[in-house]
Amino acid sequence: MSEQLRFTKEHEWILVKGDVVRIGISDYAQSELGDIVFVDLPSVGDHVEEGEGFAALESVKAVSDVYSPVAGEIAAVNEELEDSPELVNESPMDAGWIVEIKVDGVVQLDDLMNKEEYEAFLKEV
Amino acid sequence: MKKTPLTEKHRALGAKMVDYAGFEMPVQYAGVLEETKTVRTNVGIFDLTHMGEFELTGPGALETVNYVTTNDASVLKEGEIQYTCLTKEDGGIIDDILVYRTADGFLLVVNAANAAKDYAWIEQHLKSGTELKDLSDELTLIAVQGPKSAPLVEEIFNVSVADLKGYTFTEVTYEGEKVLLSRTGYTGEDGFELYFANALAEKLWDECLQKGEKHGVAPIGLGARDSLRLEARMPLYGNDISEETSPLEAGLSRFVKLDKESFIGKDFLQKQKEEGVQRRLAAFVMVDKGIPRQGYPLLNMDGEEIGAVTSGTHSPTLDYPIGMGYVDVAYAKPDTEIQVQIRKKLAKAKIIKGRFIG
Repeated sequence: MSEQLRFTKEHEWILVKGDVVRIGISDYAQSELGDIVFVDLPSVGDHVEEGEGFAALESVKAVSDVYSPVAGEIAAVNEELEDSPELVNESPMDAGWIVEIKVDGVVQLDDLMNKEEYEAFLKEV
Repeated sequence: MKKTPLTEKHRALGAKMVDYAGFEMPVQYAGVLEETKTVRTNVGIFDLTHMGEFELTGPGALETVNYVTTNDASVLKEGEIQYTCLTKEDGGIIDDILVYRTADGFLLVVNAANAAKDYAWIEQHLKSGTELKDLSDELTLIAVQGPKSAPLVEEIFNVSVADLKGYTFTEVTYEGEKVLLSRTGYTGEDGFELYFANALAEKLWDECLQKGEKHGVAPIGLGARDSLRLEARMPLYGNDISEETSPLEAGLSRFVKLDKESFIGKDFLQKQKEEGVQRRLAAFVMVDKGIPRQGYPLLNMDGEEIGAVTSGTHSPTLDYPIGMGYVDVAYAKPDTEIQVQIRKKLAKAKIIKGRFIG
């Protein structure tokens, strides 16, 4: 099954595998947030709406919500983050993934950016 | 945005800069966790030039200081410093400040965000024979904080600080210019604050970094400054104290001298002391997971609202979340269990006694 990587304007990445999407934050986002010290994860089975804040990343100084780019059900959470929240800083695109969501209906990628488009977008930020 | 004489140094060191009280200031260099650790184990240097400094001189200076502040400045000898509050008639805190007793009068060190308001307030209440001067734009302030701050300061100024007690200051020279060397800080560690003419700023900053290298020195931003002061349970103006809170509610009663003849707010504070405060600023640690943040509601174990968080963070030194907030006095006793509403969840917390660290 082919995987597609997309980015949002809120600096999240979405890896699409069929009807399941894995979500994390970009390297730019982790560097802006600084040292992540706590990740408030949702529970598996929770339903999230598109645009809903489903997780919170806490740095020493501040808290940032992570918004869902899709509607669906939380299929998995990265439990490693409970004890090692620093994975979000160290490996934002890989070991620092946050959740997997089983999407309601068909995954819509039209409004999201691919890697090249996201890199161009970062230059404007 | 105002710059300090060290703004370019911060940029060159790769600091992330933010607007703080109208100044472009470094919020972090290496990161809040690492910077906090540096100050707890070695030594860190801070650019605090945004703070305001006022000089009060003349025969009316003592009377003026004692009228606008809650502590008793008449007990200060030359070279001594006291922490105190400027209060309004209704007991609300206009600012928390340091008062230095100098040879010719007093030096008041005030919070950057309150400097203009403080100056206007003091000017309005000047006793006759007092001259008030704003030195904020002429002075640079560098704080040197941490267990290795003393040897660093001794080497830079070629002096011994063995006899310089906490909350006292002395005058030293650097490049033939005067530097006020004060044994004070906002970190809970041993440390110094250096006040001097702007022209010395870049040279002295570089020298702190060079001579401090063997002590593990690093520059520290406002982010770590906030964690350090919260771990030491020191209030931050605008978060933990404000014009809506009194020094008695904030646990600052030892800096309020009600036996002083008269000062602004005395009648109210006398009455509040006799009747007892309704709420107190309490410190707490989390029992459940989650980080308390300013504004989050505090509830009792029955779920009734009893106050709100004023400061909260994940303590870099302790590696667990800590916070402060006002609670109904019935819940302010150490070991009382309370709850913090963190987003949609209620998380249990426990009131503690004293500082979080040390």
